Amino acid sequence: MTFAMLKLAAASPEVLVLVGACAILMVDVFRTQEKNTKKGAEGAVLTYWLSLILLFLGAFVTFLGFGKHTGLALNGYFLKDSLGDLLKLFIYLAAFVTFVYSRDYLRERGLLTGEFFVLALFSVLGMLVLVSASSFLTVFLGLELMSLPLYALIALDRDSATASEAAMKYFVMGAIATGMLLYGMSMLYGATGSLDLGKVSEAVRHGDQKHIVLVFGLVFMVVGVAFKLGAVPFHMWLPDVYQGSPTPVTLFLSAAPKLAAFAMLLRLFMGALEPLAVEWQQMLAILAVLSMAVGNVIAVSQTNLKRMLGYSAIAHVGFLFLGMLATNPQGYSAALFYMITYSLMSLASFGVILLLSRLGFEADRVEDCKGLGERSPWFAAVMAVVMLSMAGVPPFLGFWAKWEVLRTAVDAGHVSLALVAVAFSVIGAWYYLRVIWFMYFEKAQDTAPLVPTVGMGVLLSANALALLYLGLFPSSLMAVCVLVMGAH
Amino acid sequence: MLENYLPILLFLLIGFAVGVGALAAGFILGPHRPNSEKTAPYECGFEAFEDSRLKFDVRYYLVAILFILFDLEIAFLFPWGVALKQVGAFGFWAMVLFLGILVVGFVYEWKKGALEWE
Repeated sequence: MTFAMLKLAAASPEVLVLVGACAILMVDVFRTQEKNTKKGAEGAVLTYWLSLILLFLGAFVTFLGFGKHTGLALNGYFLKDSLGDLLKLFIYLAAFVTFVYSRDYLRERGLLTGEFFVLALFSVLGMLVLVSASSFLTVFLGLELMSLPLYALIALDRDSATASEAAMKYFVMGAIATGMLLYGMSMLYGATGSLDLGKVSEAVRHGDQKHIVLVFGLVFMVVGVAFKLGAVPFHMWLPDVYQGSPTPVTLFLSAAPKLAAFAMLLRLFMGALEPLAVEWQQMLAILAVLSMAVGNVIAVSQTNLKRMLGYSAIAHVGFLFLGMLATNPQGYSAALFYMITYSLMSLASFGVILLLSRLGFEADRVEDCKGLGERSPWFAAVMAVVMLSMAGVPPFLGFWAKWEVLRTAVDAGHVSLALVAVAFSVIGAWYYLRVIWFMYFEKAQDTAPLVPTVGMGVLLSANALALLYLGLFPSSLMAVCVLVMGAH
Repeated sequence: MLENYLPILLFLLIGFAVGVGALAAGFILGPHRPNSEKTAPYECGFEAFEDSRLKFDVRYYLVAILFILFDLEIAFLFPWGVALKQVGAFGFWAMVLFLGILVVGFVYEWKKGALEWE
């Protein structure tokens, strides 16, 4: 065994992020010894900039290596392919945007510490590993490395009772989910004799094992993945965690880990367990319908904006599963397109909440949007674009995402499911449009001026404009999604 | 495939039966005459004077976590040290890498004052 045999070049972004995150932790800990002093806060600002540079470098290295050195690396535990590269690029983007949006909110509340950025960077490292996993072991390693920093991040504001509760809930639920997943993995390992996803797939295709053992393992894996993505009936933690976490953490939680969890879904079900597609198709169909129903219907009655977006996330997961049901490359690429679209929309929506918040005032009620049209016409327009896109109104990006998923579902013969999805989307449109109604047709209760920093204002505007631009010209992003799925 | 596990199932059943059986036999066959002396809580011969559910300093918890971390590191180092000849230079540098990552965490906790008891 030598280092050359590891093919470390395939994992160069991961190595870079690991070394960089450790270096940033060291810089931070030596710079910010005095807590809550001016010097301490300056040190955290340095950590902020270093983290942004690291994410940019990581994205740059991933971009340079896009579609190169493909294949297995690190003794077959790590799979480098263009699907992974694309998801990684969006994970860097989501983390980068999160950091920029969160900075002011954290500083005002005295939460701007190096730990926020370093924990998030380690979580990003876990996501990168999870995206490139090609063995049950790597899946587990990536999943845990992604989740553990998240638990700590949620409890970052440790004097907040709701944040502690959310962290506890997420931790317990996450542990249950991981346990389920591991149990499923052990079943499949027992049946196929391999942890390698490729070998598992081959063994299952040959079908020498007892079918019942495979399906038993599959059920537990579906439960584990559904927990992580927050599909009904495994969604109970999600609204509480979205509402209870500090908003920057909710923002982080709602975009980047979802992309990684989606990668896990693809690696496990599209990769290893494709021969069992007939079975998991039925399970995902039930989860999809329940998620769309419960998410959309309960979101209507929410008064807390973060909680409402939590239920909306559940409904979006239903749509995501609908894309997986076609079990062909078109369906998978539609689901990938949907996931990327959702992460962009989610970033912008929580970005607006962060923009409206200030010290002593959390703009987390739907009423807090009232009169935004008068207070700041530009950011009201940004929020309107996001809400319309989430509702799936053309010409915004969210429409094309829904359209692609529905098209592939109908092509694959799931017409009734597609009709159900459309019906619940119409119900869902109500609560998105209510936000827009509040912004333009109600009097403002809160009249403090909105003063975003330059970075946040520019990035939030770019985020919303991207939803509009990609909605008008969706073919490029769609083509990339089809390309990475076809090349797989 | 599942029949390989039959001995384990039998082992579990018999183990369970022996455990429950001994307790049940004592409970059913033995004399049962409680009095206040017999049922009093008993703590190493002393009178029980306070509740066993105490609040204790959260720092014990921190120390315990740090102990487990470095205890596992040592547990990992032993087999590596024994097998160093077989794993060769690759194994050596892999362990150096692992220790390097742990040192980063160690420096962090030291600088943050997690090791100070005051």
